Amino acid sequence: MAIYSKEEARNILEKALSFSTADSCEVSLNGSNSGNIRYARNTVSTAGYRSNQSLAISAAFGKKVGTATTNELNDEAIQRTVKRAEELAQLSPENPEFMEPLGPQEYIETPTYVEATANITPEQRAEIAANSIGPASEKDVTAAGFLNDSDGFTAMMNSNGLFAYNRSTSADFTVTMRSNDGTGSGWASSDVNDISKLNASDASMRAIDKALMSRKARAIEPGKYTVILEPAASEQLLGNMFGSFNARTADEGRSFMSKEGGGNKLGEKIVDERVNIWSDPQHPEVPTRAWDGNGQSLKKMNWLENGVVKNLYYSRYWAEQQGVDPVPGPSNGIMDGGDASLEDLIKDTRRGVLVTRLWYIRSVDPQTLLYTGLTRDGTFYIENGKIMYPVKNFRFNESPIIMLNNLEALGQQVRINGSLIPYMKVRDFTFTSLSDAV
Amino acid sequence: MGMGAMMVPAFASGRQVTAEVLMEPGMDAASKKVLADIALNTAKSLGASYADARIGRYLNQYVFTREDRVQNIVNTESFGVGVRVIANGTWGFASTDDVTEEGIRKATNQAVAIAKANGKIQKEPVQLAPVESHGEVSWKTPLKKNSMEVPVSEKVDLLLSANASALENGASFVNSALFMVNEQKYFASTEGSYIDQDVHRIWPTFGVTVVDRDAGKFKSRDSLSAPMGMGFEYMDGTESEKLEGPAGIKLYRHSYDIVEDAAAAAIQAKEMLSAKSVDAGKYSLVLEPNHLGLTIHESVGHPLELDRVLGYEANYAGTSFATLDKWKSGDFKYGSDLVNLVADKTQPYSLGAVGYDDEGVKTKKWDLVRNGVLVNYQAIRDQVNMIDQNESHGCCYAQSWNDVQFQRMPNVSLEPGKEPYSIDEMISDVEKGIYIAGRGSYSIDQQRYNFQFGGTVFYEIKDGKIAGMLNDVAYQSNTQEFWNSCTKICDESDYRMFGSFFDGKGQPPQVSAVSHGCSTTRFDNVNVINTGRNI
Repeated sequence: MAIYSKEEARNILEKALSFSTADSCEVSLNGSNSGNIRYARNTVSTAGYRSNQSLAISAAFGKKVGTATTNELNDEAIQRTVKRAEELAQLSPENPEFMEPLGPQEYIETPTYVEATANITPEQRAEIAANSIGPASEKDVTAAGFLNDSDGFTAMMNSNGLFAYNRSTSADFTVTMRSNDGTGSGWASSDVNDISKLNASDASMRAIDKALMSRKARAIEPGKYTVILEPAASEQLLGNMFGSFNARTADEGRSFMSKEGGGNKLGEKIVDERVNIWSDPQHPEVPTRAWDGNGQSLKKMNWLENGVVKNLYYSRYWAEQQGVDPVPGPSNGIMDGGDASLEDLIKDTRRGVLVTRLWYIRSVDPQTLLYTGLTRDGTFYIENGKIMYPVKNFRFNESPIIMLNNLEALGQQVRINGSLIPYMKVRDFTFTSLSDAV
Repeated sequence: MGMGAMMVPAFASGRQVTAEVLMEPGMDAASKKVLADIALNTAKSLGASYADARIGRYLNQYVFTREDRVQNIVNTESFGVGVRVIANGTWGFASTDDVTEEGIRKATNQAVAIAKANGKIQKEPVQLAPVESHGEVSWKTPLKKNSMEVPVSEKVDLLLSANASALENGASFVNSALFMVNEQKYFASTEGSYIDQDVHRIWPTFGVTVVDRDAGKFKSRDSLSAPMGMGFEYMDGTESEKLEGPAGIKLYRHSYDIVEDAAAAAIQAKEMLSAKSVDAGKYSLVLEPNHLGLTIHESVGHPLELDRVLGYEANYAGTSFATLDKWKSGDFKYGSDLVNLVADKTQPYSLGAVGYDDEGVKTKKWDLVRNGVLVNYQAIRDQVNMIDQNESHGCCYAQSWNDVQFQRMPNVSLEPGKEPYSIDEMISDVEKGIYIAGRGSYSIDQQRYNFQFGGTVFYEIKDGKIAGMLNDVAYQSNTQEFWNSCTKICDESDYRMFGSFFDGKGQPPQVSAVSHGCSTTRFDNVNVINTGRNI
């Protein structure tokens, strides 16, 4: 399948719009090529290649909208699809929340595409897997890992003159190393836009070290502990917290961000003043597309500044209802950190638990943002500034709001799942039971 | 694992089409056979020792509403072919939406090239268990009303009626949705099978929220429906398929009354705002099937997947406590003597029911736990040799033509009690307990030992009677301890199915749909925690 250039995409989208007779029309075109390799038991298990493209047409008559899509891009197919979308619009009920398409927008440039990633071959993927399996075999450890790479583009245009285009590449690598006696497990990851920055071998070595260090874990009593959370441990809890930064559900009284008596918590201090979280599609370490699915421009945006809620996201509809400017949601998350390395944070800890990552995190109470889940793949007891021994995994029941109020220290940032998150030390993190899982 | 009720699922990635397209028949079986043979012959000519081709047309229709408005109607159609080969003892897979001779040849070439590239680092060559050659056969979900043929307006009207019913009864907000799926899949392999299947599933669901703005509190109650392997007849609300549960709760078997359930949800959500917060401690739990089904899914279904046991899922979902040595011992007590857990890919009305799996194996029913003892796993053609068996269990599945098939959970169910025993009798036998209905929060570790479950509604049981609604309930236990604390199971008149429509597994992740049947069941001495917090 072809990956279309900006001009090729523009031509196809202009052609689609030229066929429309609707009051307004929005068209989007996307395509991707992706490949993967999966290994386990120190050998390759499955591998595959996928290719997809599609052209979507949304036509509107008044507030009645219809959408149709095709993967054929000849004139006849495009015309047929536009007609189908218009027929569907005429049959649809009115959507009172329909918003007119946006006019032309200005977008910032973001470095999301790297050619080397687009050119990866099955042989390179096999080599990356082999370079992870090899060291594992030598250390009496069993490797299981996954590499997925993708090259894709998205483009959109509407009858009010908007045009947006982005091409991006990605490579995501995760690996779990388990000691062959079954008592130790370690995990590490590397996710990049530029395949030349992918450090699968380093990640594999880190995971091997953790697997060996975590063997024969001891049980310690569950309870409230000072924890050092690696970025992989806190990233999902922070992401879940951002689910409640939606102004509409807050204003409707059904989220943590709702205020007693009505309204929302915009402007309120909700966590420790050292917490600063923002998003920036242009950040060189974690670049993203500079527009959202509605064509709204994405720029640097502060969400939590000195612990205060600076912004909630407002859909165009809700913003109009509330008489404010729309605020699109974040496309990445960047949390300010400090200079301390993981080793520094450990050195400054009298008694605590080091957590590699958290797993199977689920909402328990949306009112308080209480979540449950478990530690996994490397949990260690710290005493007087040193890792003393591995400990059995814990189940936690904790709210990221309480976690960020109990902040002790922030360390260096690490890219994880397209975001930049620091190591953090938190007091009184609530572990409620022990797990025998390795 | 599962997914939230109101999310647009990841697999809704097909192209969007009009509702009429969903009723079109698609390519006929004879044409598919010609195209599939091109893949099989190309693979063989390139040196593959085995090949299969899946030509799939996947139709989805989703309707989303809130209060008095339709939010979205999504119609998608996805059509393409996936080719899987073994070359040099190694799997290779490629897919394409270019379902032409040329497109299929190209995809087959790619699949063989991948297999050969990876063959160089292969240490465990694939061994396939023998399979019967079925020739040209077909299978279809038994249906009364094809959901794709029911007008969209009827679906919208039904959801908006349910929303109105919730609002009339005090709901502040209500979201509702209907998910309907039709998989038209054609499978062909070098073993000589050409299998044409037409599979249908449906899931109606809603979430009702009641807000007390002055107190800054809100409570939600989700629907008590189950997704089913049925047509639109599931939405008929047939009286004979309704059961009266404790505390006046209405429960549903093979027919669902969404308008009635939405009204009850609003009333119960309001009651939750002032319900008592649970005292943490040990309780007898009386678990309703639409709740216990999820516990079965997580604590029995997943740990007995052989790929997890062997380590193939170690990097994502994890491994399993139910290791081969425990199974080989022949006396590993998974549960009490009452506990009989069966896997079944043929169960009528279930989400997992098909005639043949996605590698051409005829489906069947088999024991996993008999009289409390672990007796078997779930395994497919390239796995059964590792447990000294020579017949696949027939539970291989891919979410679409675009994804490679692998071992997925069949329906896993708890057999009902053999003696007559009703839910009322069960409650009257409990001194200090909690009755839990419907699914709630769920979390379990990567080897499936430690779990924590919430629910949809909770009622305290005191001295054999329901003593009012409870809040902030979750129970934590260990899988083996929990199933060994099973002391009573209601008889088959109470048997119903829970379902998971979007169960996730694998890398890249794929969803599948699976049902879990049981009757209301009692577990003693289970640890209940209080999840209430003040921030």
